[in-house]
Order: sequence, then C-alpha cells, then structure tokens
Amino acid sequence: MINQLVSATYIVSCLLFVLALQGLSKHETAKRGNALGVVGMGLALLAAIVDMMQGRPNTTSLALLVAAVAIGAVIGIVKAFRVKMTGMPQLVAQLHSFVGLAAVLVGYNSYLKSSVGSTTHEAETFIGIFIGAITFTGSIVAWAKLAERLPSRPLLLPAHNLINLALLAGCGGLAYWFITAAQAGKSSAWMPLVLMTVLALALGFHLVAAIGGADMPVVVSMLNSYSGWAAAFAGFTIGADILVVTGALVGSSGAILSYIMCRAMNRSFLSVILGGFGSTTTQLGPTVDAGTERETTPAAVAELLWNAEEVIITPGYGMAVAQAQYPVAELTKRLRDRGITVRFGIHPVAGRLPGHMNVLLAEAKVPYDIVYEMDEINDDFAHTDVVLVIGANDTVNPAAMQPGTPISGMPVLHVWEAHNVVVFKRGRGAGYAGVPNPLFTSDNAALCFGDARTTLQAILAALPA
Amino acid sequence: MRIGISRESLKGENRVAATPKTISGLLALGYEVMVEQGAGANADFPDTAYREAGAQVVDTDTAWASDIVLKVAPPSEAELASLRQGATLVALLSPRTDDDIVARCAAAGITALSMDMVPRISRAQSMDALSSMANISGYRAVIEAAHSFGRFLGGQVTAAGKVPPANVFVIGTGVAGLAAIGAAGSLGAVVRATDVRPETAEQVDSMGATFVQVAPGAADQGVSADGYAKETTDDYNARAALMYAEQAQRADIVVTTAAIPGRPSPKLITADMVAAMAPGSVIVDLAATGGGNCELTKPGLSYVTPNGVTIIGYIDMASRLPGQSSQLYATNLTNLVTLLTPSKDGELVLDFDDEIIRAVTITRNGEVTYPPPPVQVSAAPPPTDAVAAAPPPGTPKRGLADRPWQVQTALICVGALALIGLLSLTPMAFLAHMTVLVLAVVAGFYVVWDVTHALHTPLMSLTNAVSGIIVVGALLQLDTDSWPIRILAFIAVLVASINIFGGFAVTNRMLAMFRRGTTDEGRKA
Repeated sequence: MINQLVSATYIVSCLLFVLALQGLSKHETAKRGNALGVVGMGLALLAAIVDMMQGRPNTTSLALLVAAVAIGAVIGIVKAFRVKMTGMPQLVAQLHSFVGLAAVLVGYNSYLKSSVGSTTHEAETFIGIFIGAITFTGSIVAWAKLAERLPSRPLLLPAHNLINLALLAGCGGLAYWFITAAQAGKSSAWMPLVLMTVLALALGFHLVAAIGGADMPVVVSMLNSYSGWAAAFAGFTIGADILVVTGALVGSSGAILSYIMCRAMNRSFLSVILGGFGSTTTQLGPTVDAGTERETTPAAVAELLWNAEEVIITPGYGMAVAQAQYPVAELTKRLRDRGITVRFGIHPVAGRLPGHMNVLLAEAKVPYDIVYEMDEINDDFAHTDVVLVIGANDTVNPAAMQPGTPISGMPVLHVWEAHNVVVFKRGRGAGYAGVPNPLFTSDNAALCFGDARTTLQAILAALPA
Repeated sequence: MRIGISRESLKGENRVAATPKTISGLLALGYEVMVEQGAGANADFPDTAYREAGAQVVDTDTAWASDIVLKVAPPSEAELASLRQGATLVALLSPRTDDDIVARCAAAGITALSMDMVPRISRAQSMDALSSMANISGYRAVIEAAHSFGRFLGGQVTAAGKVPPANVFVIGTGVAGLAAIGAAGSLGAVVRATDVRPETAEQVDSMGATFVQVAPGAADQGVSADGYAKETTDDYNARAALMYAEQAQRADIVVTTAAIPGRPSPKLITADMVAAMAPGSVIVDLAATGGGNCELTKPGLSYVTPNGVTIIGYIDMASRLPGQSSQLYATNLTNLVTLLTPSKDGELVLDFDDEIIRAVTITRNGEVTYPPPPVQVSAAPPPTDAVAAAPPPGTPKRGLADRPWQVQTALICVGALALIGLLSLTPMAFLAHMTVLVLAVVAGFYVVWDVTHALHTPLMSLTNAVSGIIVVGALLQLDTDSWPIRILAFIAVLVASINIFGGFAVTNRMLAMFRRGTTDEGRKA
C-alpha cells in the first residue's frame, strides 16, 4: 500500500513538473507554473521520506536528513533574496554546480552501497558521475567568469579541441578498466573511478574556460541542460524513475533553450560549446573607415528626448553593469507621462543570460507590454525620433549586416535607421566580439561617455519639470 | 524590370496606381516605369508631371506589355489577355468576394498580387491599402452626407435663433468609422458610435465621440484572430437591433461601416428603422459593396425613400477623392514593391517565407496560391512556430522537412532500425528506464518551445530548482548505517536543498516583478 502511494506520488510530481515548465512559457501562467513546481517538489520529497522510513525507521538518518534540508533551505532562501538582479546569472550558474556535485556524490554512494556488482549498474554509475563532474566544474567556471573572478575572455590552450578529445577518450578507457575491475572485486575498481572523476572535472573546467564571456547565455543554459542529464543518470543508477523523468525534462528543455540562443546569434551550437569564439576576431575585422565621433551632453540628450514623439531604448549588458535600470525606468515614466511613446527593443542575446534585460527592466517596474523583442520592433526604427543605446554594442552593430566580420549574419537591432541615436558608453573600447562599430561614427549618432547611471541621472535632472 | 502603370478602364474609377511622387520610389528600386497615357488624368496628375518625375509616358499596349503592371481595379478580360505570360499584376483583386478572379489570373498564366490581402500585422501597415482606402471612404461618407443633409452640421446661436448641431451615428469603428467620426466631429456634429468590439470604446472616446454600448449579455465577443470584426450571435444581434433602432431614430445622419471581408454585410438598419427616421435624414452605407448594412441600400446609388430619408450606397467613395486616394494607394504599392525588391536591383523576388508576400500572392505563374495560410495578428504575439520554421540564415542546410515524404519516411525508418539495434545490445534493466527517459525527453522538447523570450531566465531558474530532484536519490541513500555513506548523502541532500529552495525562491522573486503597464497603449494598431 505504502509502496503504491509513493509511486503514485512520484508520477503526480512528474506531471506537476511538466505543468510547471509549461506554465513558465507565458506571463499569465508563470506564477502558477512556479507554484506547481513547488507543490511537485514538496510531494516528491514527502514521498521519498516515507519511502526511506518505511519498514525500518532510522532515527539517525532522519535527523541528518532534517538537518541537511533545513541548512540547505536557509542557505538557498538567503541566497535567493540577497542576490541582485544583475547577479542573477552568477547565482544560476552556482546552483547548477550544486546539482553536479550532488550527482557525483549520489553516484559514489550508489557504488558504495551496492553489494552485488552488475555491469549495467556500474556503467550507469560511471556515466552519472561523469556528467555530474563536468556539470560541477563547468558551472563553477561559468560562475567565476560571470562574477569576474576569472577573466571572461576565452582560455585558449593550443590544440584545445585535442585536449577535450583526449580527456574524453581517457574517460572511455577508464570506463572499460572500471567495469572489468569491478567484476573482479569492488576494491580494485576504486582507482579507475576516482581517476575518471578527476579527468571529468578537468574536462568540465576546460570546456567552459575556453568559452568567451559573450557566449555565457548559451553556456549557462547548456549547463542547465547538463544538470538535468546528471539528475537523469543518477536516476538510472539508483533505479528511480522520477529522477529519470525530471532530469530528462530539464535536460531537453535546457538543450532547446541553448539552441534558441544560438540561433538568435546565428552561431552553430557546436562552435559555441567547443569554444574559441572571439579568439580570431581581431585580425578578421575589416578596417572600418575611422570617421569622427560626435560627443553629446546629458542636457542636449534631455532636450532631444523632450521634443521627441517616439523613443526606443535598446539596453545591453552595460545597463546591468551600471545598475542603470532604475533611472531608465524613471526616464521612461517621465517621457510617457508627457505623451511620448517609449518602447524597449531587446536583442535576444543582450546581457549574460537569456532574458536578462527583461528581468532587470521588470525589477525597475517597466511595464512588460512596452518591452519588445528584436523582430517585433526592428521595422519601427525608421520612424523613431530618438534611440537610446544603453550599454549595448555588438547587438546594434551595423557591421553585422556585412560579410567578413565575426558577427556577420547575426541579426542586430537596426538602431541606425532612426533619426537620432544616442549611445551611452563607458569607454572607447569595442564590444565583446572586438568588432569596430560604424554606428558610433555615423552622422545621426552621438556618444555620451561615462557611467550610464550617472549620465541618465543627469538627463533626468535636465528634463524640464 | 519594367513596371507599367495602366489607365483604369473601369467606369467611375478615378484612381491611379502611381503618382508623380511615388514614381521616384519605384525608380530608386531600379525599375523602369511606363505610365499609360492619361493614366492620372482623372486624379489630376497630368502626363507631363509623370514625365518630369522620370517615367516614360506610353500607349496602352506598351504599358500592358511590362513585366509588372500596377493597377487599382481588377483587370477586364481584354486587359488580362494583353498581359505577358509570367508577368506580375498588382491590384485590388478582392479574391475573397470575387470567385472568378483567381481562376482567371491562373488561366492567364500570370503572377497576381492582391493589395486587399495584405495581412493586418504591424510590419505590413505601410502596405495596408484597405486601411488607407477606408480612411478616405470614412471622410467622404460624411462629406456626402453633409451635401445631402439640408442643414448645418454644427450648432450655432445667431440673431435669428438657435441652430442645434446635427446628430451623427456611426456604426462600426474600424478605420472608416473612426475617420467618419473625425470628419463629422470637425464639422461640429454631435457624434455617437458603436461597434461589436467593446474595446474600441477607448478609440471612440479619443476621437471626441460617445461610445454607445449594446446592452450587456452573456458571451460577448472580442477581437478575432485576423484583426477584423467577425459575425455575431443571435442573442447579441437582438440586443444590438434595439439599440440601433433607438439611435437611428435620434440621428440626423447614420454612417454604417460594418463590413466583414469576404462575407455579405450584416443587415443592421431595417426598413422599419428607416421608416422611423425623420424626413431629411441621411444614411450613408459604406458596406454597400457587400450588400449594405441597411436593408434599403441600393449599392452604387443614392436615392430618397418615400418618407424623405436619403440613402447613399456609393461603392466608390475612395475613388471620389481620387487625388488623395491615388497618393495613398500608390504609396502602399511602392512599399509592397520595396518589400518585393530586397536587393533594390529592379528584380522582383517572390519570397514565400515572408508572410506578407505569401498572403498577397493569389496566383504564381499561373499556379493558384489562394487562400494563403492564416496569419495571426492579435495584439499578443501568439506562439507561431515561425521560430521553428526559419532555418538559421547562413547555414543553408537541407533539413528533413525539405525532402519528399517518402525520403523522410525512409530516413526515419533507418534511424529507427539503428536505434533498435543499439538499444537491444543494452541490458533489460537499463531499457525499462530508457522508455521513461525517451518519453520525458519528448515531453521536455515540446513543453518549452514557445517560451516567451522575457521568461527565459525565470524558466532556467525553475528548471534548475526542479533538477534539485536529485535530492530524492540522495535521500534514499541516507537509509543506511554506514557513516561514510551517510556523510556523502548528507552533503548531497544539503547542496540539492540549496538548489531547490534557492531556485524556487528566486524564480518567485523574478516573477513577482513582471507586471503589465497600467495604460495599455500597446503598439499602434
């Protein structure tokens, strides 16, 4: 009876997770989706506890369990409420690493616990630990890059693809050793298992280290996918279908998110994962005719905006860095109160996480129905009076329309078609891709140097009351 | 390529498909432009003006022998016959109401593009000829009514007494209705208006008119998927009829604009309602083309009923302001031609992946392509799989879907066999889980495809929380007396819990921030 109850609860949990993911696809159903996810997880936890305790109540284990969950809950919730919205990518990457770590531990435990050796079980354990370890170090490197603890430019060792292949082949060889050794006796198989773990950790580190900061949205969602597969294989190892189903859901949805991101950048998934983007860019970039840049002042921008009828704001990572979403929101409100149409154009890969800009704008209470995707708004630039480019560069670079640059073929926001473009820039450097941006020297563009937040506050102050 | 501008042969058609102003746009796209003699005469654009703009003025046969012919009204038999095989004709062809036109164009072996098939999506606004024509018709409707109406429209207080303003009632507040409201209002009339779409009340208010609501009932409709009003239910119609009768009786001028594309116009004003109107009142029926909204409308005619009500059923309102309507229509055409000429080299390209081009094309080189697949245009972007359909530019890979179905089936079968071979080598215990895995992957695949871009981050943190399900595995392993296992499992439960609680909490925090604007200004519809 209890067994049926537990299994039934697991099935329902899986369905609730499906509904949760589906709910997150629309604003209207998103909150419901998250709540259903919580319910599903709660049910699964309860069922697992009942499952564990049935037959032979083990008070020490129960105490450990309660302690672990309580500590984890406190840490998790504190993290969730402390994180700034600009730090969201780091947090997500960090959380992925926990799943990887848990998968490794579960794999080892499962091997420790199993008394009789079966080849299937050992193979499953091996794969589970492998994926878990890659997820673990990969996520840690992604976190470090996003948190600027590591340089975000790609780490390119010579023949880095060969290194990856060698590591992979090494793990394959160890798998064979492990399985044959495990049949002979358990103790002798520890060696290959530990060696493989080390290799997999190295592989995870190297894979992500070779990917540049601009590709982080893809990497984070790819690691999201890996963390799902890690959970799914842990499910194989211990024979729990709920882990298999849930892990596969997360794994495939993460894979599709990565694919969507790659397509938005017009890059192949493989080239992003294998890394090296941005390394060969500088010599490839065509020599752009170095025209003269025109600088402008906050007061001039304020006047320009005050007399406009249609304004589009295209934010990029620079807005996140400068924490400029609040002054942006206030500027939006002031202009809208005056009857000026203000809209936002968001490039699919703006920021360091898919949908990063939307989250920041939402935080500052910019209504989401004036926030448009690139394809929705790209035709409207031509009749727009003023475009404010806030900390974006590659995503508004007209050079992408021409062949011969590393970003060629990437769809971009056609801001240069507007009557006036004001670009807020921290410094005179190029964007992540290292491509010179002819927008900055075009006749209808003016540059406003300095920290975006300070500049925007100056503009707000300069607006007529 | 050569573009020919024909002189309209249809009687009463005063418009022309290009004006001296739009000629330069066509020339800039790399085309040669041939204007038929006298093409713009009725719209007051003399041949000399076309010549000055850079077009050649030619005779009828030369104009029709062009690669592309731009026109307003549908072509006559003779005109159709004089087109070259493979030529392109662009005009207001009305395939939704004219059953023959598609077959005739196909038989002529031409490519026919119909300007009235432009979908109502934002990107296509600059080509939406129906809207530009409706705008003119609405204005003209009021002017025609004022002409027939024997009094002022505005109120005045004079030494000789007080003159009350005229009451104007507008039915249907689409583009034409709103234009009529604007025109009547600016002449000083008191304007009321109604529409089956209650959400247009705001637009009516913004034009300074009063929105009259049908008494509320159960299921009332909203906007249909294609942006036009659709037909209504019986119950609603009964309630609406009461309101129409009441308003018509009070009104001096009634302008009806309730046309449903491709269907007969609904009869909203009955003979009884007309009989109850005061002598001297005027009804202008802009839906006359589809039979009219008034039972007594005679399409194409203006006449006075026995009780002294003038009913105007002209079907050529736009053509009655030929200068303006030609200019707007010609601009719409130029915008379409611009879209059709992506490399601006004077070569027309029919790219069927573009939904606008797909929608307007009713025949392609004699092959019937009407009706087009439906285009969704409601305000919230619906989950079209346009994303899925568009192959990544720059990688012209030939996908499975591009091959003939037999090849597709064969390829899938080969894949299936290979998979069977591979899986049958694996042990039984593994396969049981594999079934579950495969099905879950498929579910995960479909569940997230249509996620809104803005929700990517919350989705990711939710899936991240969900992948904390690995806690179940760690938890079950706690059930042991071995301390090494316990400690490892303890750590695993702990980190997985951070994941679960942190992930859900942060998702919740993000979602709480998303909000809709208080003023639903949306995009310019």
